[in-house]
Amino acid sequence: MSSELIIKFLVAAVLAGTPFLFGTVGEILSEKVGHLNLGVEGMMAIGACAGFMAGYVTDSFVIAILAAAAAGTLAALIYGVLTVTFMANQNVTGLTMTIFGTGLSNFVGVYMLERSEGGTLKLPERVTAQMRNIDIPGLSDIPVLGELLFSYNPFVYLGLVIAVLAGIYLYKTQTGLNVQAIGENPAAADAAGIEVTKWRYINILLSGAICGIGGAYCSMIINSGVWLRDSVGGLGWISVALVIFASWKPINVIYGSFVFGALRVLKYYVPKNTYAIPTAFFDALPFLITALVLVIASMRKSKRSHIPAHLGVNYFREER
Amino acid sequence: MKEPLIRVVKKAELGRKETLILRLEAILLALVAGGLFILCLGQNPFVIYQTILTGALRSGMAIQATVKIAIPLLIASLGVTLAFKMRFWNIGAEGQIIMGGVFASYFALFHSGWNHWLLVIVMFIAGAVGGGLWGLIPAWFKTKYDTNETLFTLMLNYIALNVIVFLREGPWRDPGSQGYAKIARFDKNASLDRVFGIQFGWIIALVLLVLIWIYMNRSKQGYEISVVGESQETARYAGMNVKKVILRTMFLSGAVCGIGGMVQATGSDVTLTTAVAGGVGFTAIIVAWLAQLNPPAILLVTILFSILEKGSSVVQSSFGLSSDCADVLQGIILFFILGCELFIRYKFVFRGKGDVRA
Repeated sequence: MSSELIIKFLVAAVLAGTPFLFGTVGEILSEKVGHLNLGVEGMMAIGACAGFMAGYVTDSFVIAILAAAAAGTLAALIYGVLTVTFMANQNVTGLTMTIFGTGLSNFVGVYMLERSEGGTLKLPERVTAQMRNIDIPGLSDIPVLGELLFSYNPFVYLGLVIAVLAGIYLYKTQTGLNVQAIGENPAAADAAGIEVTKWRYINILLSGAICGIGGAYCSMIINSGVWLRDSVGGLGWISVALVIFASWKPINVIYGSFVFGALRVLKYYVPKNTYAIPTAFFDALPFLITALVLVIASMRKSKRSHIPAHLGVNYFREER
Repeated sequence: MKEPLIRVVKKAELGRKETLILRLEAILLALVAGGLFILCLGQNPFVIYQTILTGALRSGMAIQATVKIAIPLLIASLGVTLAFKMRFWNIGAEGQIIMGGVFASYFALFHSGWNHWLLVIVMFIAGAVGGGLWGLIPAWFKTKYDTNETLFTLMLNYIALNVIVFLREGPWRDPGSQGYAKIARFDKNASLDRVFGIQFGWIIALVLLVLIWIYMNRSKQGYEISVVGESQETARYAGMNVKKVILRTMFLSGAVCGIGGMVQATGSDVTLTTAVAGGVGFTAIIVAWLAQLNPPAILLVTILFSILEKGSSVVQSSFGLSSDCADVLQGIILFFILGCELFIRYKFVFRGKGDVRA
């Protein structure tokens, strides 16, 4: 491979991995308070729809992002009310969110399409101009490095900032350590005076907002500003899986999403004639690797594993 | 410390009738919520609901189409029920359906000359084995290393999907197809017969329903499933081989889903496509849960959901509302049912009201 091609590949990997940056960091926040949310795909789909439509209607990129975050938060609120307050089964609630969210997103998409001119939905020029690759004078012009580090659309940097902030929040602040205690042992955390319910809600809602923005990336960037059905298309599920790969650390998500992004685009960069590997294999690769990571992680289940001990278990105060 | 405004207190178990009434109320509320959603879109909810109902049942052909939707959904719901009863989170019905379809399709494609009934039986067994093996993988890792089955079964869905893509683009590609790759249509000899104008998968589904009901409620193995589901410690204490129960149950769960894939491929599609499962595996989870893992109730919910699905496609053609509204309504209904579970198990005590130590 020529160096030019390698740079192209690395840039494509970053872009293909960005949805995971949001989805996985969001899911980590939720899992750290003990809530396994299988609704990431759905929350992302809802964010994808809200973000795109807001951008389409208002001509503003910022409003689009805010709408995506707000819609994701609302979806997470449904999940939160059902699992935290109503103590409903987390697996089923999350799955329902995924079916509901993808359905709603596609439904609204069709509704808007039917009312659009020419039967297509395309983001207005003013929005696409704002989500173009950021051009930092000086930095972006550095050969190789400029292209590799300083040439992405605003989502990429937003995702990186969110991942770093989430990492600091969870691992470097007192609040974050308290929050982690909830996922490990809610009864003990409760007894220690940590407001379990409150922090569960805060984390779940934050998770929804972040996933919502990730969804907006899928609908607004991936198809270059044209609305397509199912733009999230399984990326939310990979995000859930990537949590394990990142061993519940937001900082690890940064390279994790890059690796998985690379896996997604690998098929376009492997020399065609050298190896006769079917493309289906490449498409299955992220899932194969995740399954492998899952198995390996469970095989050497040590005390150092960062999986919250009470993941998936609802907490009823009077039963402690 | 001040007493909280509202407290949640466990209540004595409700009778079946009260539980049923609460759930019906929840469904009613869900329909109201769905109606508000439809109202927001500027449509009359009553007209839409009526169209869904009549659209699914208005003619013999419509009913046939509705039943056709119900067949794989019923089978897959029964399949995941076995696993769920054991509290094994089999989210992989989608993949198990696909592998059942793949295994059965092998015989449909390459042994279509066999005696018809022999072929049908072999395809049936192949479908069950394909789905069963695909379900056995996560179960084996679960028993061996306690690998999280929710995520593992999920990953297997996508891997299975790509197995079809691989077959379609490579070894099983129909040489006669121009342009995009597809798998050839099955020989007529390899497709399921029709009974009352519908592929006889519906009979298979109903027989499975009865068998699984008996298996779960009247057999020793079914009892073992519930005990393992309630508490693995109890099961071990009672001398059950928990690992064996998990492996056996997941094989069966996957096998039933695989039969669903075989029926869909050879009965309805008469070929193998990537849409052989088409989300049925996920909807089945909702159906099983709504029906409280009770086979007769599963039949009822499946019928309701199939009406919703078929009716929504009619709503799409007559009102321009996408048939995705079926997913939205299913989601809303389940949200309400999930919420109402709390009121079945717990009650709210307001500050200063009555017996605090209930």
